Amino acid sequence: MLIPLDHILIFSLLLFSIGVYGVLVRRNVIGILISIELILNAVNVNLIAFSPSTAENPVMGQVFTIFVITLAAVAATVGLAIVLALYRIRRTVYTDEINLLRW
Amino acid sequence: MTLVILAKLFIYSILCLSLAAALGVVLLPNIFHAALCLVGTLIGVAALYIALQAEFIAVVQILLYVGAVMTVVIFAIMLTQRIADRTIPQTNKQSLPAVAAIGAFVAIVGSHLLKMDWSKAGWAGLVHSTRVSVLDLGKALLGEYVFPFEVISVVLIAALVGAVVVARKD
Repeated sequence: MLIPLDHILIFSLLLFSIGVYGVLVRRNVIGILISIELILNAVNVNLIAFSPSTAENPVMGQVFTIFVITLAAVAATVGLAIVLALYRIRRTVYTDEINLLRW
Repeated sequence: MTLVILAKLFIYSILCLSLAAALGVVLLPNIFHAALCLVGTLIGVAALYIALQAEFIAVVQILLYVGAVMTVVIFAIMLTQRIADRTIPQTNKQSLPAVAAIGAFVAIVGSHLLKMDWSKAGWAGLVHSTRVSVLDLGKALLGEYVFPFEVISVVLIAALVGAVVVARKD
C-alpha cells in the first residue's frame, strides 16, 4: 500500500470534522449543503480504504461507494431545488433570516 | 529518489492540499469561492482513490461529483446571489463551541486511531490480493447487489421528478 491505513483514516477524520464544522457554522444554506458533500466524501474515503483488507469481498467497498455518491448527488439536487423555491419566495438564503414558522 | 518515494510525496501533498481546500470550503466568506474550493477537494479525493487502486470510483467521482453536482451547486449559487453579499457575515455565532466540540471529537477518535495496530493478524489476514476491475464491479452490481441497484434507479427518478416539481414556477 502506498499510504498506511491510519494516515488515510486520519485524512478522512479531518475531512469529516471540517464538514461537520461547516454544517454547524455556515449561515448560507448552500454553504451547509456543500459541507454535507464534504462529510459524504469522508465516508467514501473510509469505505475505499477498508475495502481491500476488511471486506469479505473486495468489491463491496466500491459498490457501496457508488451508491453513496449517487445518493449524495440526489440529496444535493433536491436540497438545491428547495433552496431555489425558498429564494423565490423569501428572497434570502441565510438560515437566520428564514424564520417563517416563528411569530 | 526512487519512484515510490516520489509517488508517496505526491500523494501526501495532494492530501494536504485537499484538507486546505476543505478548510477553504467552510471558512471562505464568498460562497462562490467556497464552491470552487470544494471542486479542488473533490479532485484531491479522486487522486486518493487512484492511489488506493479504485480507479473506476475516481472517474465516477470526477464525472458525477465535479461534473454534475458542482454544476448544480454553482447554478444555485448564481441564481440566489444577493447584491449586498460582501458585507454579510457567512458564519453564525456558534464558531467557538463548534470548534471546541469538533476538536474534542478529533482528539479522542484520532488518539484511538493512532494507538490501534492496523497490521494485526485479524486485519492483515483478510488482505485481498486481487485487484477490483470494472468487470468485477459490473458483475457485483448486476449479480449480488442488483436489488439496491434497481432501488437506486427508482430513487433517481423520484429525485428528478421531485426537484422539478419543487423548483418550478407556478
